[in-house]
Amino acid sequence: MTVLDKVAPEGSKAGERVSPRPTFRHRLSRWDVKVSPYLYIAPFFILFGIVGLFPLLYTAYVSLFKWKAGSDAPDFIGIDNYKDLFADTQFWNALTNTISIFLLSSVPQLIIAVLLAALLGARLRGATGWRVGILLPYAASLVAIGIIFANLFGPKYGLINGVLQTIGLDPVDWQASRFGSHVAIAIMVNWRWTGYNALIVLAAMQAIPKELHEAALIDGAGTWRRFFNVTLPLLKPTLIFVTITSTIGGLQIFTEPKLFDAMPGSNNGGSTNQFQTVTLYLYQTAFQNASLGYASAIAWVLFVIILIIALVNFFLTGRIARTPAVKKK
Amino acid sequence: MRTIRNGLVLALGITMTALGATACSGGGENNPPAAAAPNEHVDLTLATFTEFGYEALIPEYERLHPNIKITHRKTGQGGPYHEDLVTKLAAGSGLADVTALEEGHLSDFMDKGSKFNDLSKIGPADASPDRWLNWKYEAAKTKDGKVIGYGTDIGPLAMCYRKDMFKAAGLPDDPEAVKPLFATWDSYFAAGADFVKKSGGKAWFDSAAQNFNSMVNQLPQGYIGSDDKLAVENNQGIKDAWAKVTDAVAKGESAKLTAFSNEWNTGFAQGAFATKVCPAWMLGVIKEHAGPANAGKWAVTAAFPGGGGNWGGSYLTVPTQSKHPKEAAELAAWLTAPEQQIKAFQAKGTFPSQVKALTDPALLSKTDDYFGGTKVGELFAEQAKKVQKPQYKGPGDGQIQENASSPALQAVEQGKPAAEAWQQMVDAAKKITR
Repeated sequence: MTVLDKVAPEGSKAGERVSPRPTFRHRLSRWDVKVSPYLYIAPFFILFGIVGLFPLLYTAYVSLFKWKAGSDAPDFIGIDNYKDLFADTQFWNALTNTISIFLLSSVPQLIIAVLLAALLGARLRGATGWRVGILLPYAASLVAIGIIFANLFGPKYGLINGVLQTIGLDPVDWQASRFGSHVAIAIMVNWRWTGYNALIVLAAMQAIPKELHEAALIDGAGTWRRFFNVTLPLLKPTLIFVTITSTIGGLQIFTEPKLFDAMPGSNNGGSTNQFQTVTLYLYQTAFQNASLGYASAIAWVLFVIILIIALVNFFLTGRIARTPAVKKK
Repeated sequence: MRTIRNGLVLALGITMTALGATACSGGGENNPPAAAAPNEHVDLTLATFTEFGYEALIPEYERLHPNIKITHRKTGQGGPYHEDLVTKLAAGSGLADVTALEEGHLSDFMDKGSKFNDLSKIGPADASPDRWLNWKYEAAKTKDGKVIGYGTDIGPLAMCYRKDMFKAAGLPDDPEAVKPLFATWDSYFAAGADFVKKSGGKAWFDSAAQNFNSMVNQLPQGYIGSDDKLAVENNQGIKDAWAKVTDAVAKGESAKLTAFSNEWNTGFAQGAFATKVCPAWMLGVIKEHAGPANAGKWAVTAAFPGGGGNWGGSYLTVPTQSKHPKEAAELAAWLTAPEQQIKAFQAKGTFPSQVKALTDPALLSKTDDYFGGTKVGELFAEQAKKVQKPQYKGPGDGQIQENASSPALQAVEQGKPAAEAWQQMVDAAKKITR
């Protein structure tokens, strides 16, 4: 708007004078019309270029070198870093751990979130209190959660093993066992994120028109029937959104496994890397081993994996938007 | 909050930092500027981590040198401090004029000697080599003879043990009488096996890695040879140490508590192990975690298996990034003079590395009631003199200890066969030095 307001009087003035050649002011105003819009949107693109695009491309460039932090002359090695990476058992191990922790966290998380949302959607006394309550873990400091859960899951003196032993079960070595450590870390993730997801699902649930439920009720559908045949199908886009975001969160999981390690500050993810995730391995490679080239290659592979998932997200949500969620019977 | 864009941001954030670390390498090679004119105002920065005990000394130095203003940057933990240090060293800017460096991380910096000023050249004359214990001074000398750091404190090793647990198991418990048990590593592990039997399965030491690190440090050659190549596989000394430690684990001597973990802290209070490799600063750690309830149960003796050793202690360096190297070197020299280090010792208990400080009455008269009134100052001064010539620490040495040998020994404690864990360590070490 401002562009037009400014330009209109200038243009009419120029028209009155009828000069054979455009004056400087005239040309200025024409540039104003042409260039200004680009200038207005430029800050975003300049910022994106500096902190987004350039680092991205530069990482790709760095990943083609054997580049140790501080070395004056990195060696160009082409795609050798990628070749090494695909043959690197530690990388595949880290990727497997990441996916395993992701599955152990996201699947129960979503199921519990939907159930929690259904409960919160019911008529409760002090509904806001409950809703804030389930969001509280999300507000807690991630580092504090990490330290407290690492304590709870201590193999020798931890509370969880203490409880297990009191009820007559064998203690679990949460640090040594690969599966045990994944479960412990997944519980940490779930504790933090379930409430957050439940609130998103709850918002979607409340957007479902009451008429549908009423119609189903008149048709004789019970509570469960309505939940499975009305609520769940209409929640599908939200559930897919929540699934995708938690997938991406899961792929980046870093703080929880780092703080879970018994060795303080360690990036190993356990004695045999049994709970080292991809981002932890990336961090270790870059900032402990100072192998910037190799770390850049890991960053790019991780980026591509995230990109693929983002594309899957795009196509899935696109298809859902086209086909109506409720099947007409 | 977790969106796709965040995925990008993380990847980019990491690449940005990596970029920052590399973009400016190559800087910092310029000749250091000449010293400032006398009385010209000079701002100096000093960066330390944990506790150096310099808080009261800095105003004193500023009083003595009215033209100098010091900003002290303190970091809580050593790990992140050194990671930051590597990044800024590579970036060519951002480091303090006087930058502290821990002994365990020294190996990561010795091959970057060109990025530090040679203090033997620019430092004042009174900071001569004979100020420090020889092994302390020599350890900060690069291959081409540059001195990159002035020694601050050290961590001479002694042995701490639980008197009450020794007594209950029928072992001698007097600090003099236990010395033969701690004469060599063989006698130490044999006594451990004996203790485990007599005590009904109680552990002898906290974790395998704690002993292994001390054993490797006593060898003539460590993980890295003098040619800066990895030399683990054919190092008989390391192999023997590995065999002895893993054998002790198999005999139940280890409490399997990773050092500095929460469980390890609790282990002190629970009396989970009877002995502990004990540098001077460990006394404070034991006191904190074992708590007042266990006062008088722990003792310390002037013996260490295989002679002596050192764990911990730091240096003050002057990176070539500094704009006032001469003034910075003077400050570093003053802070590391015996008179000042004794004051730091009195303030925070950092054990001095200076020859003259080791005979200072304030140090020698220091006793510790928690450890039965032992003259700990005198005891550790004695232990400091037992340390042999420093082992050459090639690039990656500290990382191999942290990310190859320690996790592998932890894996042994978690049930992995010793031979497989050895291979794990060798593979990890190869990767680090790649």
